[in-house]
Amino acid sequence: MNRLLIADLKRMWRQGLAIPLLLACGIALFVMSNSSVRSVENTRNRYYQQYRFADVFAGLVRAPQSLGNRIAEIPGVQRAQTRIVRDVLLDIDDMVEPASCRLVSIETDDPSPMNAVYLTRGSFPRDPDRSEVILSELFAEAHQLLPGDTIDCIMGGRKQTLRIVGVGLSPEYVYVVQPGLMLTDNRRYGVAWMPRRQMEAAFNMEGAFNYVSIQLQPHANTEEVIARLDRLTKPFGGTGAYAREDQESHLRVADEMSQMKTMAFVMPTIFLAVSGFLFNIVFTRLINQQTEQIATLRAFGYRPSEVGWHYVKMVLLLVGIGSAIGCLAGMRMSWWLTDAYIRFFRFPTIDYEFATRYAVIAILSAAAAAIAGTFAAIRKAVSLQPAVAMRPPAPRDYHGLWAERTGLSRWLSPVARMVVRRLETNRLSTTLSVLGMALGVAIVVLGSFFEDTIDYVVSFQFDKSQRQDVNLTFVETLSPSAVHDMQHLPGVSQVQPYRSAPVKLRHGRRTERLALMGLDEVPQLYRILDDQEKQVTFPVREGLTLSEKLAETLDVRTGDRVTVEVLDRRQFVKEMLVAKVFPNFSGPAAYLNRQQLHQLLQEGEQYSGAFLSVDPARLDQLYEEVKQTPTIAGVTDQSAARAAFDEAISESTSIMRVVYAVFSIGIALGVMYNCAIIILAERARDLATLRVMGFRRREVSMVLLSELAVITLLSLPIGLPIGYAFAYLTTVALDTDTQRFPLVIQPSTYAYATVIIVAGASLSALYVRRMLNSLDLVSVLKVKE
Amino acid sequence: MSTTKRGEKRTKVLFRATGVTKVYQMGEVEVHALRGVDLELYAGEFVVILGASGSGKSTLLNILGGLDVPTGGTVVFRDHRLTGADEDQLTEYRREHVGFVFQFYNLISSLTALENVALVADIAQNALAPREALRLVGLGERCDHYPAQLSGGEQQRVAIARAIGKRPDVLLCDEPTGALDVRTGVVVLEAISRINQELGTLTAVITHNAAIAAMADRVIHLSDGQISNIDTNDVRVQAKELVW
Ligand SMILES: Nc1ncnc2c1ncn2[C@@H]1O[C@H](COP(=O)(O)OP(=O)(O)OP(=O)(O)O)[C@@H](O)[C@H]1O
Ligand SMILES: [Mg+2]
Repeated sequence: MNRLLIADLKRMWRQGLAIPLLLACGIALFVMSNSSVRSVENTRNRYYQQYRFADVFAGLVRAPQSLGNRIAEIPGVQRAQTRIVRDVLLDIDDMVEPASCRLVSIETDDPSPMNAVYLTRGSFPRDPDRSEVILSELFAEAHQLLPGDTIDCIMGGRKQTLRIVGVGLSPEYVYVVQPGLMLTDNRRYGVAWMPRRQMEAAFNMEGAFNYVSIQLQPHANTEEVIARLDRLTKPFGGTGAYAREDQESHLRVADEMSQMKTMAFVMPTIFLAVSGFLFNIVFTRLINQQTEQIATLRAFGYRPSEVGWHYVKMVLLLVGIGSAIGCLAGMRMSWWLTDAYIRFFRFPTIDYEFATRYAVIAILSAAAAAIAGTFAAIRKAVSLQPAVAMRPPAPRDYHGLWAERTGLSRWLSPVARMVVRRLETNRLSTTLSVLGMALGVAIVVLGSFFEDTIDYVVSFQFDKSQRQDVNLTFVETLSPSAVHDMQHLPGVSQVQPYRSAPVKLRHGRRTERLALMGLDEVPQLYRILDDQEKQVTFPVREGLTLSEKLAETLDVRTGDRVTVEVLDRRQFVKEMLVAKVFPNFSGPAAYLNRQQLHQLLQEGEQYSGAFLSVDPARLDQLYEEVKQTPTIAGVTDQSAARAAFDEAISESTSIMRVVYAVFSIGIALGVMYNCAIIILAERARDLATLRVMGFRRREVSMVLLSELAVITLLSLPIGLPIGYAFAYLTTVALDTDTQRFPLVIQPSTYAYATVIIVAGASLSALYVRRMLNSLDLVSVLKVKE
Repeated sequence: MSTTKRGEKRTKVLFRATGVTKVYQMGEVEVHALRGVDLELYAGEFVVILGASGSGKSTLLNILGGLDVPTGGTVVFRDHRLTGADEDQLTEYRREHVGFVFQFYNLISSLTALENVALVADIAQNALAPREALRLVGLGERCDHYPAQLSGGEQQRVAIARAIGKRPDVLLCDEPTGALDVRTGVVVLEAISRINQELGTLTAVITHNAAIAAMADRVIHLSDGQISNIDTNDVRVQAKELVW
């Protein structure tokens, strides 16, 4: 029997080649994505641990150092580290607009500080007489700054020169995002670490601090510590403590990684399922072709179980080959992908992990799918009476066929009739071919639709929603008259001031910290749109407007009441009604009519920032002016932000997109190839007969090609909707706490999938045609049907 | 016993094979299927090829029919040199001049008897009407039946009708009765013989059944890849009078 196995495999190697490759594609993708996700997660965890990323953070306005000691005594606190943190504007030679920078104090004499800086270049500051800093790596790279270079900084209204001595990374700022922005912009926002003593001097903070990080004892009650910490910091303008889970950088990293995880799970799972299913299809057809051999074996006296085992061995062998290729390729690719992710996140070291468990799951499920599919076919073959299986198939009645009933076949040449009737009578075979190709189409749609979705999100965000050219944030709130002056800044045609306040929203046990935006009733520049692109307005009304994501997080509905804790220095608490919840494509957000926000804060008109519409030609002038304005803390250029957003998104998803695109094409081609080969195998005898009769090669291949063409054409209208369904599943799975993707598939993507499939079918057809040309006519006909 | 007098049809040579050899290379082993065959076949004659299994009958027939090419020697059909012709030229040759019948009927199962025969009408210049071809083999009534609805002998007759549908110059039959019982075999042979006589098609039939030789004008004995003997029958026996 083993010799038969080898002979069988030799005979079917052409099909056999495509089968394990199909499976290998699914497994490789599954193993790759899961391994790289685990690797990135491990790497991050080790980074956090080695560089002592803090557990709890709190900001305040100014507190004496003695408060730090009291904080360290809170039960559950291992240690507390006080710091000075300030945002400043930088004037950088290679940029007209000012960049923003967060200055963070470091203790140069602490051997094991929390949130430690990992130096990638240069050294720590040593000279107490000079303003020396370590610059965050991404920012330094964006401006090609190296240790030894200097940058000009506007600190407390005075210009000062900072000397760069080192370039580094910190677990606290893996993701450096300017407050109020969606994504990193490494050119415009960075972090610089500066010795505490110099920070104290520059900001008049001697013996004081405005930031504290805490390391907890194992098993400490985080909420308890946060509550006590809040009580201690409140008198000093504390803005509310928060745990690592709410820390800006961690949140983004975690979010990015959870997205990676779902991406790594959903798409590869669909791929794996599809390749398992295709495996199944291919095997069913293969065994159907073997009926006679099975009958012969049975006639020789082999037991059904022996015959069954023969085929199970064949399946297992193919699964084994596919798994081996898939795992090896998956592992290799996961290293590559992990490297790319780690370059993106900037972790100092890499911990690779091979997701053994996932590999085992993938292999087992593939084997199960294959054996399950094969089992039915084998059982049918084995249960046949040998005599029945060796008899020619029962006469088919072609009269009831669609092609006959409609009279279509009367108009066809005998050759065309061959094609039509065969497609119609070999329903199982045709259906499986069509289904296989349809899945190929669907996979290509799945592999490339994300591009459209992202394009849509970008255009939604930047063309439709945020129509300002520049966003200014103020160091402290400004009065209407100061904002009025902004009308006269160069090139400014429209100003939309806003108020935003850091708040903590609470509903039952659920809380969320965010900036509550106070906007005009109908904002003109910075517009809020729902998922139907309808503008959301903020009339003076009885409460808050929440995004659906926030409402889900807080578990509230329109009409519910939430507690609003304002985290500003006047910290107070108020119950408010949720007046409206709207679905959108961004994260959690809360809005209020601006006047109402003023009332809530018990203040007159005070603005936190302004959105400007600016003549693009005069942007440079505007920036020159802004650099001289000490009341402005940050500037965001919308087109630059868009470019940065585009870059960040394409950087973080491009690898996956390429991988998916390549694999989907691979799977599609594999399916096409397999279909073509099977059709050739099923048709060899008829085609050889035609050749003997004197039909030319071109005429005979037309029979085969038109059959393939019909199958391809049938598969498109089925495959495209399946692709849509796959894409839908993916967006549903990607609907996380902070993000939701619209399902957008452009006609061009469908067209692309169609082109790929048609091209794949044509390639396979050409290949099969070549095989057909070298068909050994005599030996085909010598064998009994 | 009715007999047929041989006429003047022997005069025109259709095939001239000289020194034909065929060697199959099977890895290390060389199989000499034909070892120098010299043969002439004449227009309109009925030839039976006899020989032990493996003696090279099929090989010879396939070479004559343009399905295979010899390793050495030359084969000329009228003014076509079959040796040295490429695949496309051989296809054109088969298309215009040759009809094949095999042991396994090789009908297209999805086409009716009529449609199977009509296939050749697509490629032949001067084809018989498909119904006429079926009538010649005695199946005028079964036009609309699919192969699966016909007996083996009937299927073989459809195959013959298909082969002669294009009025070939030669009809080559490789064990046409090999899969049939005696009575059915006789019907098939009658059909072949009738074609030969009514259309004047040069007909070569391979068989293991020496009795069939009596039907032929000439009987070619092949042995171990060589022609050992050619008998000429003065009288042709009708198929139904054969003694098996
Ligand atoms: N494709 C092939 N490859 C290798 N050897 C072959 C091939 N075809 C035929 N042979 C060999 O050539 C020799 C002649 O074969 P051929 O088929 O002509 O015999 P035959 O006289 O028709 O026999 P039978 O009466 O059994 O059909 C045999 O020994 C056979 O094994
Ligand atoms: Mg033979």
